[in-house]
Amino acid sequence: MARAATTSDVFNAVAEPCRREIVQALAVRERSVGDLAQELELSQPVVSKHLAVLRAVDLVDSRTDGRHRIYRLVPSALLPMEEWLDGFRHLWRKRLERFDAVLVELRSESAEEGG
Amino acid sequence: MIMDAKVTLPSDTEIVITRTFDAPREVVFAVWTTPEYVRRWWTSPDAPLIVCEIDLRVGGRWRYVSRNAAGVELGWYGSYLEIDPPRRLVSTEGFEGGSGAEAITELVLTENDARTTMIITVRCPTREHRDDLISSGTEVGLNRSLRRIDALLQPTPTKEYS
Repeated sequence: MARAATTSDVFNAVAEPCRREIVQALAVRERSVGDLAQELELSQPVVSKHLAVLRAVDLVDSRTDGRHRIYRLVPSALLPMEEWLDGFRHLWRKRLERFDAVLVELRSESAEEGG
Repeated sequence: MIMDAKVTLPSDTEIVITRTFDAPREVVFAVWTTPEYVRRWWTSPDAPLIVCEIDLRVGGRWRYVSRNAAGVELGWYGSYLEIDPPRRLVSTEGFEGGSGAEAITELVLTENDARTTMIITVRCPTREHRDDLISSGTEVGLNRSLRRIDALLQPTPTKEYS
């Protein structure tokens, strides 16, 4: 099965580990290409290539600051991923809440027996 | 301390679920591995388990099947690979009607001050498998989304988003 283009949506864009690192770095603060290259120990052309993919899915935008271009994260672009994970997270939250309720009941039973 | 379950995706093929309980790990391990208890937490009361089999031996099989009011059945199954009570349990996990591929689920329990932290790591054979597993959880999310859509379709005097 052919894999979807990396720029088709935010899911494919962040499937690549380097791009996830860039997203994480930008989540802390906005940065220039040089800044990112140094932090992630990648070459500037490689960082630029990844940034182009992230920009194509609107996960990153940029502004110019003098001679530098500064990149920043657009967190709202991650919303579809959050929603996707939301159902699974909800399922496990509820499941482990019920698990906890069993534990609470066992504790009160043993307290009754002990007291 | 995490009293609400936390779900993270540390890599393309893994899911990690973490939660802390106010109970010793012997009890947590027992609640995880005893059918009588599993029936009470694996599914919600609207889709109770009609099958809950646990053969807690290395190589032993487990199988849970739920059925909701509409008669829809969901089945999970697998086998135990490593059993080290009350610290660790490694098992395979497949979904009936699925691809037949199985994930490997590792349950790790650590105890601190009479509290137990549960870390469930699900390792999938492929990213697609991992994504399917998460999407299957969206059965719940999907129902909630549909309810939201229903709510949006109701004619109400409230302001609409443009």
